[in-house]
Amino acid sequence: MINFQYARANDVADAVRQIATDPTAKFIAGGTNLIDLMKQDVERPSRLIDISRLPLKSVEETADGGLRIGALMPNSDLAWHPLIEQRYPLLSSAILAGASQQLRNMASTGGNLLQRTRCFYFYDTATPCNKRKPGSGCSAIDGINRISAILGTSEACIATHPSDMCVALAALEARVHVVGPNGERVIAFNDFHRLPENTPQLDTNLQPNEIVIAVELPAQGFAKNYSYLKIRDRLSYAFALVSVAAALELEGDTIRQARMALGGVAHKPWRDAEAEAALRGQLANQTTFAHAADLLLRDVKGFTHNTFKVELARRSIVRALIQAAQATPQSQSDKKLR
Amino acid sequence: MVQPSRAKRSRNPIPVPDKISVAMTVNGIETKLKVAPWTTLLDALRDHLNLTGTKKGCDHGQCGACTVLVDGRRINSCLTLAVMKDGAKVATIEGLATEAALHPLQQAFIDHDAFQCGYCTPGQICSAAGLIAEGKAKSADEIRELMSGNICRCGAYPNIVAAIQQAMDKMGGKP
Repeated sequence: MINFQYARANDVADAVRQIATDPTAKFIAGGTNLIDLMKQDVERPSRLIDISRLPLKSVEETADGGLRIGALMPNSDLAWHPLIEQRYPLLSSAILAGASQQLRNMASTGGNLLQRTRCFYFYDTATPCNKRKPGSGCSAIDGINRISAILGTSEACIATHPSDMCVALAALEARVHVVGPNGERVIAFNDFHRLPENTPQLDTNLQPNEIVIAVELPAQGFAKNYSYLKIRDRLSYAFALVSVAAALELEGDTIRQARMALGGVAHKPWRDAEAEAALRGQLANQTTFAHAADLLLRDVKGFTHNTFKVELARRSIVRALIQAAQATPQSQSDKKLR
Repeated sequence: MVQPSRAKRSRNPIPVPDKISVAMTVNGIETKLKVAPWTTLLDALRDHLNLTGTKKGCDHGQCGACTVLVDGRRINSCLTLAVMKDGAKVATIEGLATEAALHPLQQAFIDHDAFQCGYCTPGQICSAAGLIAEGKAKSADEIRELMSGNICRCGAYPNIVAAIQQAMDKMGGKP
């Protein structure tokens, strides 16, 4: 790690003020990703602004029947919060599918949104990487790209977003509350993370002088018919090769509402309006689900080592939708597929 | 090969900041120390307080050997800055036993031969203490899942799970 200065923020306004005075400063909350990247010399902030003591750790009911989650709520406390377990079990399940309990105890809600890719070349400072050093090139496109993206890639970057929590938040259509010098604004979850295009150094649309203060969940939680299915190399404590957050609202056997978000396949949690529309009004069966999976994967593009992800994603989508329809969500401790 | 004298110096060297005073209660003892901002809790425990029971394995939050309890919760001390834990209560492997007896987890790890080389053991035991305090894991599957952040390269996992189950029964879910 390089030398850096350390300061604490007294309140949100103070945090925004401090970050504005120093463009090379960074906020630190849980630190699970940032300190790791600093040890790897990937992140080199001149100053860390400690926001971990700000009073942003509550879960509150909103006027329209949803929940507002403070940005500093630890991942473990959020996953096991009674209101999340009851009303948004998809979110609870996705959080528990990620990282280890030690990391979930440290990692914050806002920090989870802002974690960086685990692409090998992003971490390896001896190799070119457009995300780490814009214009230097992408080593993954012709390199070891087994974990790389298959959707929404560009010639500049084929990295994936590593979060499980964000996949569920995308499916649930969460909103991100941020504060900057001009006050608070709200960003729809689908607009929060970016595709790489020709600026892969930008993971999100959060501005450098803004801070995430809360994540808001709308009232509809899909608590009855949901599943978070994560496929990875180890049974636990590994990033997703493919993950699927599936949520359905059924009337008898007919699908009234459907949400699908994929992790491990793109630079952001992947949603596809057309594929979801193809589920609405249809019978909840394998044929319907297979058609939606084909639609979602219509523009897929594999690379040398990751073409297996295409069929893996197709089958995972169908499986997760079946699990959701049957109200038998994937367990995150007993890993048998059902 | 680049000669050391020709090696590029940083263009804008950041001035070395003053050390920062941190007060923590470590294993029940109020402790004051002065650390640089980049000193991790792991390095503060091992190098400043000479509590070398907590191990440095990967130093990247991947192995769990550095697991300690901060305010009763298990965390990776290698990814925690000591300055951020001013005022915290820290428990390490050295603080679990009493004068009279080993902690039930320590005894259970001996009873079940739950280690070979022992390097991961302090982290395993602190992690298991955190797991029992959480009260979420009941079945062996759940213990395995919630202990997945602690790697044992000797592969003592079956005996570790058995040891945790024994301690859990004995402690009745209390930390």
